[in-house]
Amino acid sequence: MLEIRNLHAEVEDRKILNGLNLTVSAGEVAAIMGPNGSGKSTLSYVLSGKPGYTITDGEVLLNGESILDMPPDERAAKGVFLAFQYPMEVPGVATMTFLKTAMNAQRKHRGEPELTTPDFMKLVKAEADALFIKQEMLRRPVNVGFSGGEKKRNEILQMALLQPKLAILDETDSGLDIDALRIVSDGVNRLRRADRAFIVITHYQRLLNHIVPDSVHVMSKGRIVRSGGKELALELEANGYRDYQDAA
Amino acid sequence: MTDMTPIKTPAEQALSRAFGLAAPTLPGDAGVKSLREAAFGAFETAGLPHRRVEDWKYTDLRVLMREAKPLAAPPTADDIAAAKDAGAAFATAGARRLVLVNGSFVAELSELAGLEEGLTILPLARVLGEGHPLSSRLGSLAPQGNAAVDLNTAFMADGVVVHVAAGVKIERPLLIVSRHVGAATADVTRSLVVVEDDAALTLIESFEGPDGVDYQTNSALELSIGRNASVELIRHQAEGESALHLHTLMAEAGAHATLKGCTLTTGAAVSRQQAALALNGDHIVAALRGTTLLRGRQHGDTTLLVEHKGTHCESRELFRTVLDGTAHGVFQGKIIVAADAQKTDGRMASNALVLSDGAEMDNKPELEIYADDVQCGHGATVGALDEELLFYLEARGIPEAEAAALLIQSFVGEIIDQVENEAVRDALMAGVMRWLAQRAGTPQARG
Repeated sequence: MLEIRNLHAEVEDRKILNGLNLTVSAGEVAAIMGPNGSGKSTLSYVLSGKPGYTITDGEVLLNGESILDMPPDERAAKGVFLAFQYPMEVPGVATMTFLKTAMNAQRKHRGEPELTTPDFMKLVKAEADALFIKQEMLRRPVNVGFSGGEKKRNEILQMALLQPKLAILDETDSGLDIDALRIVSDGVNRLRRADRAFIVITHYQRLLNHIVPDSVHVMSKGRIVRSGGKELALELEANGYRDYQDAA
Repeated sequence: MTDMTPIKTPAEQALSRAFGLAAPTLPGDAGVKSLREAAFGAFETAGLPHRRVEDWKYTDLRVLMREAKPLAAPPTADDIAAAKDAGAAFATAGARRLVLVNGSFVAELSELAGLEEGLTILPLARVLGEGHPLSSRLGSLAPQGNAAVDLNTAFMADGVVVHVAAGVKIERPLLIVSRHVGAATADVTRSLVVVEDDAALTLIESFEGPDGVDYQTNSALELSIGRNASVELIRHQAEGESALHLHTLMAEAGAHATLKGCTLTTGAAVSRQQAALALNGDHIVAALRGTTLLRGRQHGDTTLLVEHKGTHCESRELFRTVLDGTAHGVFQGKIIVAADAQKTDGRMASNALVLSDGAEMDNKPELEIYADDVQCGHGATVGALDEELLFYLEARGIPEAEAAALLIQSFVGEIIDQVENEAVRDALMAGVMRWLAQRAGTPQARG
């Protein structure tokens, strides 16, 4: 599904990714853990195409196709989805309008017909109910006045509606209380499918009790320095990142 | 040092000639005649305002108005036929349409039948010609030493005069369309709207004309709002892309009155909308809002003066400007709070969204407060589209151009959303969508 080979990336002449290699298979949930400043969020931005990052070497293949030259909207239409650590507030754009615009833009990109309003409404209602998102919230501007938990649930709602092939969750657990964490995790688990891959970026092991990964990768100084099974997360939780601060 | 006599520009010379020729035939009694002469005299002394005149610093008419177009002649049958669809953008608002073609009131395009009880609508030409009592109201609100107003007063010949009797609430909006057709002329319109005590009115003004014709519009509206009366005023300036557009709103409000204004500016090569609002009584609520979208080399100026003279009045002025290409936006706003206008609550803000490196915004908000127990504030911001927001939308699959359009739409939508009438709101939003579609170079905006 996803192959990252020898990826080097810089932002403002600062090297952040230094030869990162990672393969994630369809159906796999890969957790990426690491100390602050190891480049976890940069990886999520580089994969989703955020401007401002310069790729100096390496490649990223999604189902065999290189995505690094594609603008963000094209990557999204190919199935890349980033759940933001800090979802943006979009004043003046109703959540409903935003969701419909995004879904139809992706469908258009793929040459599919636009959703009719009744079909769209039916889809949104089902997914929103599952995430305990009230209809009233959907009429409000995107994320404006939403609590931290509501913003994260809104991210998962978008993921559920957009049905990505590769979903990247960037510190989705940050700022969530235990109830919100459960709702968000249940939402993600419901979306696990044999033909969908997840990259779950987190600093803490806590999230991985709820979203149980198939593989765990430790990132340090812009590279994956160790990979293992889900037990690796427990080891990190017990020992901390001190073994990795000077690695690489 | 020798005393310098400024050399008159060709435009100033042409205006003097035009006034000399037109004055004997312009309508009105002796009072109106002396009003005209005083106004033109003031204009001749000062000339066209230029950058060293504080109020016109950013809109140098001496440079921007190179020539004065000949005064428009009354429209021909062909002109009238060409203006048949005037105001079509507001068709769904169900408004009573009143049409001015090249500055002249055209009865056959206007709906004058079945007027509501207490509503009077007359062409200004008739009011002036007959010496109608309402003609004595003309000029009473005109600010001193304003070239646009002085020229308007000097040349005023036609327009719409509206009177709403005390206690009468007119449900159906009035739509005054100023349409230019044919060759480049100077179209002068003067309208007078008197809304008596406890009355209510919604008034829409629409300015329209062809692209590629450098006609000149000088339009002025005197609006008198009685005690406890309520007025909603909407204006869409969608002049042709080569036009010069000057508009002045002169308004006064009595105690407990409500005024709600919303303007949308998308047209003209050079435009200035100026408003002088006097809050003469206590407990008045006034909100002037507007949005201006400019591209190419357009120049658009919004200049406001709000005078608080009574106590416990609330005024809100919120203007948002979107600039693309090498467009130039200007916002000048001044709130004056008189010494005894205690408990005034006045707020003014100008926000500009600059989409290109070549565009420029000048903001000049001012407060002049002589009372000591007031709450007043002003703010001005200029910024580009938020890159982080754009990326968020793009990461969801929305192409960059569409994401930008969505953000622009939301930026100006917050202003237009304040309009009460849904059909009018939709008509203004459609104007915004047309601008976005033209900017994108596509024939049709996405829904």
